[in-house]
Amino acid sequence: MDFIELLRKPWPWYVAGPLIGLTVPVLLLLGNKSFGISSSLRHICAAVIPANIPFFQYDWKKGIWNLFFVGGITLGGFVATFWLSNPDQIVISASTQQALAQLGVTDFRGLMPLDLFSVQNILSLKGLIFMVLGGFLVGFGTRYAGGCTSGHAIMGLSNLQWPSLVATISFMIGGFACTHLLFPVLFQLVK
Amino acid sequence: MKSTYSEPKSLAKTGQDDFDGMNQQEKPENILSNIKYLIVGVLFGIVFVKAEIVSWFRIQEMFRFDSFHMYGVIGSAVFVGLISVQLIKRFKVSTMDGETVSIPDKTFNKGQIYGGLLFGIGWAITGACPGPLFAQIGSGFLAIIVTLLSAIAGTWTYGLLRSRLPH
Repeated sequence: MDFIELLRKPWPWYVAGPLIGLTVPVLLLLGNKSFGISSSLRHICAAVIPANIPFFQYDWKKGIWNLFFVGGITLGGFVATFWLSNPDQIVISASTQQALAQLGVTDFRGLMPLDLFSVQNILSLKGLIFMVLGGFLVGFGTRYAGGCTSGHAIMGLSNLQWPSLVATISFMIGGFACTHLLFPVLFQLVK
Repeated sequence: MKSTYSEPKSLAKTGQDDFDGMNQQEKPENILSNIKYLIVGVLFGIVFVKAEIVSWFRIQEMFRFDSFHMYGVIGSAVFVGLISVQLIKRFKVSTMDGETVSIPDKTFNKGQIYGGLLFGIGWAITGACPGPLFAQIGSGFLAIIVTLLSAIAGTWTYGLLRSRLPH
């Protein structure tokens, strides 16, 4: 199998995880930057709509590297999807498919369920819950927690910060509770 | 004009104002030297998509214990990050510009629990943390622009309400 063909296949966790972990020393050595992504959202607020809120009165230009970084992630997503795309359909575990089908998710062809995340759903109740409300909680929650999966779970744990362990455990509890308790209610609403 | 805002006591001690992604470099960087972070971002975004970490379905498998994939990704990322940070500290490796590597400590406040739980709920609903949101948009899921704008609005609302929230 040639190399490009190998790159096109889905990458296993033992390749992807260490590469993500290496981002930590790479950013530190390139320019003393701690790995973290959710701050980009705060910098955007500070740059565009600070509205005299003290939380957004700081030198956001000091964090501009983070905006370049997320710009790169967007580009990387484009490259991987349009030039290195997987020729086969995504493989999703049978029991997850079964559980989701019961909730009403039936399209298992792509990375995202188009039953929920499509442009024509934006102005529907589905869009309001899964995009608007979900996105709001991601932005509000990560800033309230002082970081996201990258800033706390990867950077914080790598630096043995116990508050980051508290945050990571809270992320997981929130996710479990939402999936098992809240999803049946939410999907009932949009049925 | 006198500002009426005062930091809640529990926040005043956090000093760093709860940033992640801190820039500790002293030497100023111009726009051109920021291109290197764009390149790291591109590679990172490719990994995100190729390992399907940006997939809503993979996040569901994780929260349903139906697959080891995401646990393997996060676990091995932390393992490699941990070893790297310890090596940098032990051997006092300096940055490309010869500065001492410095990583600000995280200070505990209850926001890590309340905010963490709220983010966890959002993570399950959207199937994305902030990083994957950008990669999903790049992958052509243009509806996710709405999710991202809403996440920015969420961050803004936190900033607005911060002094009134328990920390």
